[in-house]
Amino acid sequence: MQAFTQVTGVVLPIDRSNVDTDAIIPKQFLKSIHRSGFGPHLFDAWRYLDEGQPGQDCSKRPLNTGFVMNQPRYQGASILLARDNFGCGSSREHAPWALSDYGIRALIAPSFADIFFNNCFKNGLLPVVLPEAVVDKLFKAVLATPHYQLTVDLTNQQVRTSDGESFSFEVDGFRKYCLLNGFDDIALTLRHAEDIKTYEAQRQLAEPWIFGVNR
Amino acid sequence: MKPTTLYEKLWRAHVVREEADGTALIYIDRHLVHEVTSPQAFEGLKLAKRPLWRVNSILATADHNTPTTHQEVIADPVSRLQVDTLDKNCAEYHITEFPMGDHRQGIVHVIGPEQGATLPGMTVVCGDSHTSTHGAFAALAMGIGTSEVEHVMATQTLISKRAKTMRVVVDGVLPKGVTAKDVALAIIGHIGTAGGTGYAIEFAGSAIRSLSMEGRMTLCNMAIEAGARAGMVAVDETTIEYVKGRPFAPQGELWDKAVNYWRTLVSDEGAVFDKEVTLNAVAIEPLVTWGTSPEMVVSINDCIPDPQLEKDPIRREGMERALKYMDLPAGKPMSSISIDKVFIGSCTNSRIEDLRSAAEVLKGKKIAANVKLALAVPGSGLVKAQAEQEGLDVIFKEAGFEWRNPGCSMCLGMNDDRLSAGERCASTSNRNFEGRQGAGSRTHLVSPQMAAAAAIAGHFTDVRALIK
Ligand code: SF4
Repeated sequence: MQAFTQVTGVVLPIDRSNVDTDAIIPKQFLKSIHRSGFGPHLFDAWRYLDEGQPGQDCSKRPLNTGFVMNQPRYQGASILLARDNFGCGSSREHAPWALSDYGIRALIAPSFADIFFNNCFKNGLLPVVLPEAVVDKLFKAVLATPHYQLTVDLTNQQVRTSDGESFSFEVDGFRKYCLLNGFDDIALTLRHAEDIKTYEAQRQLAEPWIFGVNR
Repeated sequence: MKPTTLYEKLWRAHVVREEADGTALIYIDRHLVHEVTSPQAFEGLKLAKRPLWRVNSILATADHNTPTTHQEVIADPVSRLQVDTLDKNCAEYHITEFPMGDHRQGIVHVIGPEQGATLPGMTVVCGDSHTSTHGAFAALAMGIGTSEVEHVMATQTLISKRAKTMRVVVDGVLPKGVTAKDVALAIIGHIGTAGGTGYAIEFAGSAIRSLSMEGRMTLCNMAIEAGARAGMVAVDETTIEYVKGRPFAPQGELWDKAVNYWRTLVSDEGAVFDKEVTLNAVAIEPLVTWGTSPEMVVSINDCIPDPQLEKDPIRREGMERALKYMDLPAGKPMSSISIDKVFIGSCTNSRIEDLRSAAEVLKGKKIAANVKLALAVPGSGLVKAQAEQEGLDVIFKEAGFEWRNPGCSMCLGMNDDRLSAGERCASTSNRNFEGRQGAGSRTHLVSPQMAAAAAIAGHFTDVRALIK
């Protein structure tokens, strides 16, 4: 997994609450059996005027110029600013894959949906929760300033503006450790294989029906 | 001993180890797998040359891409590849799979319980957010992402943190024509789609206890739409009766031993929840969503709310955007909204009881002339067979419905069943998001009975006037 320490970049403002994972990456792209290539289809239904199909060349598709992502000032964004309950709905990991394939490294919102929040960490993306008032302030600043940039610093748990203002955020210790080092969860867990086996043996005695042979 | 909640009991029983910061390794008893969220997990395993930790914990089926019309091979090559990939992976790893064509195949959240693969006291995961469904069995059931699917395959555990607990108590008797689906929508309308974020919800109260297992599954299925990763209902006689004799359920002596344990899977008297919400069953009416989030819901006899009356600017904007997308004006009576299509199915409402309740409304009637298509899609091959045995298929067909093969169908439009842009659907599924049932589609979530009533009337209508 890609490690995350600090990112400075252009901020893409998605100014609506309850953005669901269907909106982040529509269902037709879930048919892929691979992890990459979803970037051009990030927010597909909002970004283009036609209906997207998996595997197509997106460079010739008609753009919805009214959608923020298509405005020149937000090109190359690596930080996404969002409202409440971002990433709700389907558990599809294609959502963080699409964000990350597009180049987004960090997300800032007052709240995220649980499964999406989890999925971000598994893919080297950092979701940052900041108070609603701060997010509101950042939205105003982004909209007022073309090519507005922020720094998201995981080591010091801070979001910093270019004029030196900073906002600290909470992050779970274990997740921080994995993200900073780019560690793969499975390898870390397998270090506890003996514990899992011991547990399993106890359960097998107490609730043998769980371990029955499938018919 | 301190009284504990059902959630805490399930959690404690599955902790393999816990770090000082509360991060825990949770043992997973049952892993359900489908074609959409598993290929990248299998690929990851193969690349790392890791074996499956416990093959018999896994039960797999294809559901999202499967056509519901009779097709020997799937016409869409991309869908076919995904389904073929699942078949190949299951064969290679010796995983029990109900592939397309197997009479037990169906929507993963329908077949797990139907087979007894979901049992009380289990931890159940699946790469699908509606895994919360299985909590109806007093199981700790959670939707997970593909990386977690791979993690569970390789380690039989999930890295997790204890959730906060919420109890939603619904007391009283549900009026005729008001179903578990309406209860679910009422709860979401009350607490909001993010109201349950960070919580595991236990549904309790006399109205919940009087629900069948099918009804409890409908309710827990929608827990995720309230933001909660897990929803659950305590074990009682209804639970045990349902599980008895199912293919994967224990038998004989083991059965008795299991039942003894399962009976302890209730929240103790006096257990404290982080949050309590109460609803009065008597006051719940048949509900219809009007917007693009399940929380945008009103009673069938109400009108579409006016965004101008909403004080919070972000909410107001959300309402305005939803009404624009849905092409509906504020103030319009819900019962005057006409529909183009009807979908009865999905992991929320495709079980036998759902089909029976819709058929009760449809019996001897015909769908309205303006309804272009009405689909009845059983949740599994076994549900379909049971319904046919009861003659429900005939009622549906005579009313003008198409009677289809099991699958996710029009719930999300990954297969051939979908709405065209601008089409309006009365749907028994769980999500009314923009484009969910096809690009530009307009979804109104309702119960199976309300969907049947709308099919007959050609517009939403109060089902209570149609049933005795
Ligand atoms: S029926 Fe719908 S919600 Fe349920 S698993 Fe299938 S696609 Fe998901």
